[in-house]
Amino acid sequence: MIPAAFEYARATTVQEASELLRRYGEEAKVLAGGHSLIPLMRLRLAQPSALVDINPVRELDYVVLEDGRLRVGALTRHVEIQRNPTIRENLPLLAEVADEVGDNQVRNLGTIGGVIAHADSAGDYPTIAVMLDAEIVTNKRRFAARDFFQGLFTTPLEPDEVVCEVVFPVARGPHRYVKFRRRLFDWAIVAAGAQRLDDGSWRIGLTNCGPTAVRCLAVEQALAQGVSPEEAAEHASDGLEPSGDLRASPEYKKHLARVLTKRAILQAQ
Amino acid sequence: MAITTMVGARIHRREDPRLVRGQGRYTDDFVRPHTVHMAVVRSPYAHARIRSIDVSAARRSPGVVAVLTAADFKPVIAGAMPVAPAFVPEKKQTPERFPIVEKEACFQGEPVAVVLAEDRYQAADAAQLVQVDWEPLAPVMDLEQAMRPGSPTAHEGAPDNIGWDLTFNADAEAAFAEAEVVVEQRIYQQRLAPTPMEPRAILAEWHSGDQTMTVWMSSQSPHFIRLFVGGALGIPESRFRVVAPDVGGGFGSKISPYPEDYLVPAAAKLLGRPVKWTETRTENLQNATHGRGQYYDLAIAGNRDGKLLGLKITQYLDIGAYVGTFGAFQACACLLPGAYVWKQVASRTVGVLTNKVPTDPYRGAGRPEATHLVERMVDLFAREIGMDPAEVRRKNFITEFPHTNPFGLVYDSGNYAGALDKALQIAGYEQFRREQEAARAQGRLLGVGLSTWIEICGFGPSAATAPATGGMALTESAQVRVFPTGSVTCYVGTHSHGQGHDTTFAQIVADALGVPYEQVEIRHGDTAEGPSFGYGTYGSRSLAVGGMALLTAAGRVRDKAKKIAAHVLEAAEEDVVFDQGQFYVKGSPERRKSIQEIAFAAYGAGLPEGVELGLEAVAYYDPSNFVWPFGAHICMVEVDRETGDVKLLRYVAVDDCGNVINPMIVEGQIHGGVAQGIAQALYEEVVYAEDGTLRTGTMLDYAVPTANEMPPMTLDRTVTPSPTNELGVKGIGEAGTIAASAAVINAVCDALAPLGIRHVDMPASPDRIWKLMQEAKA
Repeated sequence: MIPAAFEYARATTVQEASELLRRYGEEAKVLAGGHSLIPLMRLRLAQPSALVDINPVRELDYVVLEDGRLRVGALTRHVEIQRNPTIRENLPLLAEVADEVGDNQVRNLGTIGGVIAHADSAGDYPTIAVMLDAEIVTNKRRFAARDFFQGLFTTPLEPDEVVCEVVFPVARGPHRYVKFRRRLFDWAIVAAGAQRLDDGSWRIGLTNCGPTAVRCLAVEQALAQGVSPEEAAEHASDGLEPSGDLRASPEYKKHLARVLTKRAILQAQ
Repeated sequence: MAITTMVGARIHRREDPRLVRGQGRYTDDFVRPHTVHMAVVRSPYAHARIRSIDVSAARRSPGVVAVLTAADFKPVIAGAMPVAPAFVPEKKQTPERFPIVEKEACFQGEPVAVVLAEDRYQAADAAQLVQVDWEPLAPVMDLEQAMRPGSPTAHEGAPDNIGWDLTFNADAEAAFAEAEVVVEQRIYQQRLAPTPMEPRAILAEWHSGDQTMTVWMSSQSPHFIRLFVGGALGIPESRFRVVAPDVGGGFGSKISPYPEDYLVPAAAKLLGRPVKWTETRTENLQNATHGRGQYYDLAIAGNRDGKLLGLKITQYLDIGAYVGTFGAFQACACLLPGAYVWKQVASRTVGVLTNKVPTDPYRGAGRPEATHLVERMVDLFAREIGMDPAEVRRKNFITEFPHTNPFGLVYDSGNYAGALDKALQIAGYEQFRREQEAARAQGRLLGVGLSTWIEICGFGPSAATAPATGGMALTESAQVRVFPTGSVTCYVGTHSHGQGHDTTFAQIVADALGVPYEQVEIRHGDTAEGPSFGYGTYGSRSLAVGGMALLTAAGRVRDKAKKIAAHVLEAAEEDVVFDQGQFYVKGSPERRKSIQEIAFAAYGAGLPEGVELGLEAVAYYDPSNFVWPFGAHICMVEVDRETGDVKLLRYVAVDDCGNVINPMIVEGQIHGGVAQGIAQALYEEVVYAEDGTLRTGTMLDYAVPTANEMPPMTLDRTVTPSPTNELGVKGIGEAGTIAASAAVINAVCDALAPLGIRHVDMPASPDRIWKLMQEAKA
């Protein structure tokens, strides 16, 4: 890879990372797993002036269950999310989503904080965060996930702000994430997540169906009214305006949203 | 005797331990002192005129040694890039191509300037600073549009976009007139990018003292590069050395010379320093020649009893902005008859210029296209008359060999029904048909597809190939040297870049000379070694032509050794027997001399009169005909009725490439070839936007499938030796790719038949199939 020149600095604490980001200014970028940033730099589509490497920041690598909430440190790798017993027990949907991310190399390096901060609507974790009302905690503030993902690759993060943690509710009930793609390691063309909560209500989310992750309130409400999963899933495309790409037209994505939502609900266990 | 027969032995590839341990040596691994690194500034437009180029900022950039444009290269590179006449002696238009754009860029990625700097990063940084004042011109990106009157032209001032328009057989009217059934279909085949694991790379070093050029590069045909590039640079072959070391795959994309092949050595000569250029993956997807990119209007005629009578094809081929050196070899017309007997086949091929990177041979080059077309048309015909596609095939197979097809090509040997029957049995075809019926009753879409493929390979007889290339016969050369203590080095004119020649060729020579396999060294890829010319590796030619050159050279060595042995054994030559490396007089095997002893004698004193010292020989082999492998592939699929997703359930391939030197290597070729055919059927497609921007410039967008996406494959074979050569071999490098796309698409179409869908073009992606299902509902 032949990127444009950049400065490089390693941070060992969040405080230090924030100071480095302030010093390097707006054109600096945080480097975590690098699986989105480095391909962009390789193509010179991103030419950051500096990379602040937060991989040595040990304080961001943890998974804890506290007061009925699951706190996942930003530097937690996909492979850890896949295997961590606390996650598997308290939010198995998240572990299953991590199972489906990329390939071994990606899972060994990529981090949840990186996916969240990158805010690609094809990312899988934002969907889970939005549909479950997760919180995104930075070194400065806390956001509801729905407020954090403002648009494609767009978040309210300030230049010296670092994503530190994602806080999920515990959900041990029936769940399923159905990811539709051509190749095993591809991003989702469309994916649908379904989670039943303890009160019997459903949360439904969609990946890659718009500029941000989508929570399907219409489907959730239909299910709450006792409509069959097949009929409820017909509402999955209500209000969706996905953009087309090489792999799928907007119409096909809307169709997939309905089909995959139905499958996620029916296959949830 | 410890020596066993090596030909036919299932042994591991001897090159693998080195390659899998990272001990391979690829072009980019070679380091020369004082090397400068080249970055290429490319046209961002598919079609644009250069008003001016300002290189001053780039020149001032740190580490930059030089920035060169067409004006700098014009005095040192003579002529235009070569175009083989191929089967099209009278082309209507062959736009001249200089390696670097002077005035008009005709595809996105065409070089307009090169930056040479002390390191690769500095070169890439400075390349961003080259300012080109462009005047964008209307691009022509669509084949059908390109043929319409009044279309923009791919080159300014051209009369139209027709590169060639050639009719091979005009007439099939009698066959169509007598037919009870005629089925017509238009079929598209998408552009594909060859995507070798190693992108292209070149390192050139000019020695001004002795006026010699050495070029290390990733190539399938180093001798061709020496011929073309040495010629253009005015350096005689005796002082121009091309080394193609380990090469990480080619698939046809590393045969023809590229602009950089000229620019790198020319820059090395201009600067007096070694120059290195290594292609990025995006550059490879954008600038390496593409394959396929064609559509066809077809008609098939036959009777309700299943008898095939006639076939008509017009092929429209997307040439790209220039005619590729071997671009016209993609004309598939003459292979369209496939494995069947016809009354008449009519065929026309039209080459159309567009503002895209040129197309050139890509694994199969014409044969996958032809196989896909005839196999699809036979299936459409079978469906029309309500007959099982296996039955239609069986009724129409060629059964007598040699067989002269309607274009005068002579098939050497075959047993097409034998391969089909074996494949049907392995696949459990009848059982699957029953399962399919039951599944259909439940609304599930199961399908099975056949591809009873044939191909032409082993290029080729000089009488046929020399006119096609513009004078160079695609024969092959080899040199065999036996050293005094009996170890052997062989030089071959072919080039191995995944084919396993180091193993198979050593197996052949070990048997021919009766020496241990481990003591046979195979060398290739260096024009400074071995015979004066080699023809490279492509078109599944290496074994049938190169292997025969090697066998011939080894035979000459053995004949000479026999003369010496007779002398040593004090016997008449005709009484001496050669058996697994031992010479003895007929009837007295106990008194024998090994070939190693004879080799030692060959470099000593007291040789018989008329026998020269030494034990080595060169051979050039000119085959009497092409060779014609064949087989039967069967694919079973299930299509998801809701999403249109194709699931490959099973894949069976029974192939016949004549005698087999190493079954494991044959199977490896089939596995990889089928994977590439499946890739075309379901996954890959080069896509350009209407404005000429390549949309598939990364491996994220250009969807090369992986092992995860492959179905379970069951391979088997029949063995019908070729009568064309002494080894009885054909070729297998492209067979999988040639066969697979038709088997997969026939299966998909079979699965979709209950919905009334007749045909699916490639790639049969879920969104394409879903659209067809929506249309069928409406």
